Amino acid sequence: MGTAGKPSLAVWKFASCDGCQLTLLNCEDELLSIAGAVTIAYFPEATRAVVEGPYDVSLVEGSVTTPHDAERIQQIRAMSGTLVTIGACATAGGIQALRNLGDVREFRSVVYAHPEYVETLDRSTPIAAHVSVDHELRGCPIDKRQLLELLAALLAGRKPRIPTYSVCIECKERGNVCVAVADGTPCLGPVTQAGCGALCPSFARGCYGCFGPQDSANLPSMTRRLRAQGMSEPQVIRLYRTFNTGAEAFRAESQRVVSGSTAGTATAEEVST
Amino acid sequence: MTGAHTLALDDLQELIDILSSRGYSVLGPTVVDGAIDIRPLTSVSQLPHGWGDEQDGAHYRLRRRGDDAVFGFACGAQSAKPVFFPADELLWRSRSGPDGPQIDRPDDDRPDDDRYGPPYAVLGLRSCDLAAIRIHDRVLTGRAVADAHYATRRTDSVIIAVTCTDPAGTCFCVSMDTGPVPSEGFDIALTELYADGPHRFVARPGSPRGAELLERLAARDATDEDLAHAASVGEQAAQRMGRRLDDTNLKNILYDNAESAVWDDVADRCLSCGNCTLVCPTCFCTSITDVSDLAGATSERHRVWDSCFSADYSYIHGGAVRESTRSRYRQWMTHKLAAWKDQFGTSGCVGCGRCITWCPAAIDITAEAGELRRVAEHREERRARQP
Repeated sequence: MGTAGKPSLAVWKFASCDGCQLTLLNCEDELLSIAGAVTIAYFPEATRAVVEGPYDVSLVEGSVTTPHDAERIQQIRAMSGTLVTIGACATAGGIQALRNLGDVREFRSVVYAHPEYVETLDRSTPIAAHVSVDHELRGCPIDKRQLLELLAALLAGRKPRIPTYSVCIECKERGNVCVAVADGTPCLGPVTQAGCGALCPSFARGCYGCFGPQDSANLPSMTRRLRAQGMSEPQVIRLYRTFNTGAEAFRAESQRVVSGSTAGTATAEEVST
Repeated sequence: MTGAHTLALDDLQELIDILSSRGYSVLGPTVVDGAIDIRPLTSVSQLPHGWGDEQDGAHYRLRRRGDDAVFGFACGAQSAKPVFFPADELLWRSRSGPDGPQIDRPDDDRPDDDRYGPPYAVLGLRSCDLAAIRIHDRVLTGRAVADAHYATRRTDSVIIAVTCTDPAGTCFCVSMDTGPVPSEGFDIALTELYADGPHRFVARPGSPRGAELLERLAARDATDEDLAHAASVGEQAAQRMGRRLDDTNLKNILYDNAESAVWDDVADRCLSCGNCTLVCPTCFCTSITDVSDLAGATSERHRVWDSCFSADYSYIHGGAVRESTRSRYRQWMTHKLAAWKDQFGTSGCVGCGRCITWCPAAIDITAEAGELRRVAEHREERRARQP
C-alpha cells in the first residue's frame, strides 16, 4: 500500500524502447487523476523518487533478453500484487524477438568490437514465459484508453474491458469503410486483436498487426487473402515478422510460409534482408 | 396507387429542408472513403450523383455510371442498423453525489446542439433494409421486454425508401422475398427514373405522415405513364439479382447437417473476424459493459455491438461454449437461416449480400447454403438407392 492508503504503482523496464511507459506520461489530461488515485512508487522514467516495495500494481514493459533480466523479473513478480505486462515487447518478445530466428552469437560478433563483454540470451521472450501475468495490454505502443481503463478497473475491483476479438470489430464500431474490401489494401485487421480503436484503418491504412493475434486468428486463411491481393511470400512473411514476430500464431505462420514457399524462393535470409 | 407524385431533385431538397425544419436529423447515402454509406445530409448535392457500385465476395468498388442517377447503386456499406441500433449505447450513468449515488438517464446530458441525434429521417433505404428493420422491430420491441431506446428511435423516425434499380453481384433479395421494390415499412417510397425523359422520382406515400409530406411539396401527381415506368424499373431490377439462395426446406437441411464436412471447409477459410455479423442488418448481438473513472466518482453502463464470432462472446463459467471457428460459423448461419424462423417466425436473412461483400475471406452464405444442400441431397440419393 502506498501513502495515504492509496494503492502503489510501479513501472518497470526490460528490453524495450520506453514508448509504452511514455504512453502513461502522455495521459496529460488524466495524469492528475492517476496521481490522485495511486501512489507512483517506482517509475524511473518519470521520477528518481523511489518508494520501497512491495507494490500493489506493477506495469512491466519490455522483454527478457539477458540472464540478469530473467532473475530480475522473478524479484518483481515476488513483490507485486497485480502484474500487468504492457506492450508488444512484454507480451510477445517485441521486434527484438527477430533474434529468435537467427544466430545471436553471429550478430554479436558482427556488431560489437568486444562481443565477449555482451551477456545476452539466445532468445527474446515475453514476460509470461517467466512469471505469471495477471493482465496484458497489447500494442506497439499500448493504447492510452486501454491503460486508463485497466487502471480504473483495478482501482474499482472490476474486470477490465480488454476485448480479445479482431480489429475489424472496432473498425465497424467506428463506421469505417473496410480498406481491404473497398480499396484492396492488405490489412491484418481480421487476425489482429482490437484495442487500438482501429487506428490505422481509420486513416485509410492497412493494419500491420502491432496488437498481435486476436483470440481466434486464422493465419493460413489470412495468408491466402494477402497473396490474392498481390503480396509476395517474402512480403507476407515480413508482415508477420514485426513487433509480434514472437507471438505464437504469427511465428508459426511465418515459419509455415517460409518452409512451404515454392522452390524455396522465400528463405529466411531473403526475408531478413 | 393513390397519392403518388412525381418529384424533381429540387423537390427532394425541399423534402430534406422540411424534415430538417421539423427537427429531424436527415441521414442519407453519400460517398465515404470509397464506398456509399449513410451519413448526415443537408443537401441533395451530397447524394452519390452518378455513382454506382460493383460488389462481389470481399470486393466493393465504386464505379462511374455515366448518368446522373443519385440512387443508382445497390445497398451501401451499412444498413440503417447503426442509426437505430448504435454500436455503443449509453444505458445509464451514475455519479456519486452528496446524497449518495445519482442515476442519470442518457437523455439528460444530450447536448442541445446535437444536430445529428434523434429523431431521424433516413433517406434512400432499400427494400432489404426495410425488411431488416421489421425484423429488428420484432426482435427488439416485440418480446417480453422491449428495448426502450430502440423503440423511441424507431417510433419517431421517418423513412424514405427507394426502389433498387441496379442490384449488385451480391444481391439476392428476390430469393428472400424482401425486394427490390419496397412494399411496407416506409413513409415515402421513391423510384428514380432517369433512362427516358427528365430525371425524376415517382413518390408513393406509405403512411399518413408520408402523404402529408408529399402534399406539402409543390409536386404534380404522378401520371399513369410514370407509374408504369416505375413499376417496370422494379421488375427489371428483380431480374438482375447477382445471387440466389434456395430457401426451400433450408431450415431442416441446416438442422439435419450439423456435422457436415461443409462446416470444416468453411472454418478453414473463416477468419473469425466478425465482419459478417457487424454488416448484417439483422444481427443484434451485444455485450453489456461497465466503465468507471479513475476517481471512482462516475460509472457508466454501455451496450456495445458484439459478435458470435468472438471467443469471449460465448464465454461462461469454465470456458467458451463455442471454442472453434467451425462451431461459430455453424451457429451464425444456422441461427440466421433456420433457428430464426422458429424463434421469430421469419428468416434472419434479407438477401442484402453485405456479409458476402464485406467478408475479407470472400465467404458466400448463398454458396455455403447451396453446398450444404448439395451434399445433403447427394447423401439422401445414395441412401435411397441402397436396398
